[in-house]
Amino acid sequence: MADNIVTATDASFGSIIAGDKPVLVDFWAPWCAPCRLIAPFLEEIATQYPDKITIAKLNIDENQQTALEHSVMSIPTLMVFHNGRPAARIVGARPKAALLHDLAPYLA
Amino acid sequence: MSESLVIIGSGPAGLTAAIYAARGGLAPVVLEGLQAGGQLMLTTDVENFPGFPDGILGPELMDLLRRQAERFGARLLPGDVSRADFSSRPFLVEANGSEEYLADAVIIATGAEARWLGIPGEERLRGYGVSACATCDGFFFKERRVAVVGGGDSAMEEALFLTRFASEVVVVHRRHEFRASAIMARRVLDHPKILVRWNAVPVEVLGEQAVTGLRLRDTITGAEEDLQVDGIFVAIGHEPVTGLFRGQLEMDHLGYLITKESSMTSVPGVFAAGDVADATYRQAVTAAGTGCRAAIDAERWLEAQE
Repeated sequence: MADNIVTATDASFGSIIAGDKPVLVDFWAPWCAPCRLIAPFLEEIATQYPDKITIAKLNIDENQQTALEHSVMSIPTLMVFHNGRPAARIVGARPKAALLHDLAPYLA
Repeated sequence: MSESLVIIGSGPAGLTAAIYAARGGLAPVVLEGLQAGGQLMLTTDVENFPGFPDGILGPELMDLLRRQAERFGARLLPGDVSRADFSSRPFLVEANGSEEYLADAVIIATGAEARWLGIPGEERLRGYGVSACATCDGFFFKERRVAVVGGGDSAMEEALFLTRFASEVVVVHRRHEFRASAIMARRVLDHPKILVRWNAVPVEVLGEQAVTGLRLRDTITGAEEDLQVDGIFVAIGHEPVTGLFRGQLEMDHLGYLITKESSMTSVPGVFAAGDVADATYRQAVTAAGTGCRAAIDAERWLEAQE
């Protein structure tokens, strides 16, 4: 995983999403093919907008508590947290252009 | 500078076309698409691809095809095609909204994508219990009751996969027998965790924050009933991915590309392979076969243009 992406766990989740910089959390698992598909897009977004958004990945296989708390029942699910609260949710793999479109409010 | 051949799609059709075209010296560019590897990337065991007596995992098979194509000089690029213009030559294919490729010939192997039910509640609860990918989302339904809608091989495969997690799997099918192959249907009918609800069509997905049930209508009596389930997996077939080519290439009323002589579409120099032009067979091996045809057709057509 690229070094500009944060690895979130059940233990660290609360502190990662706190703060006024938006955090995009990628709920994923190693056996999920569509998750692998969007992984490079997220790395590129992390590289392009390091000052605007933090990108974090949460492996739902190892961190079921957080996935459960946020009712994640399909992966990949991307959630944007702003000031510790959920602000946006994208379910399923999307082309990079579509992701950028949906994330535009947090990248400006 | 234009490429000799651009192949759109990287399932069995696109990659087989790439193997043949690369061996023919065309150095094809393969735009892999958002779902690189195609539908097989979402499956587990592929038991009917010739040459693999013990079966092979879908993603593993695609990795082998990919390596075989690259070995002969195919250039696989992670582009998702956003626009195509076949009105003049060389043809224009745009990927990721900005990268433009010019091509003397194009093979379309964009395949098909899952069809949804189109009933109330389905879209709202997608990601909250409604799914079209058991291998992705089955995990979330440990010891829960789930429904699979459909009666073909995909539905059978999803149902059998879900038995690893779910306490019970209810297969909902609108007819009184499955369209699936006999061996897959038998496995489902014999499975102790799978129940089949025949002659029923889903009319509404129930639930506020997450799926709580599926409302069914009996196709014979017309009576409605609510099935209590936490997850609904839709496996009612696929539709061809041809939206980008509407108005440019002839297609049938379902959107499948129409091929005339051999694999050529209504535009000379544009060829079709795999599920995008096949409403009937839709198998990995038939896709690979038509990929071979399209590559040979493209090669001969290019030669004739010189």
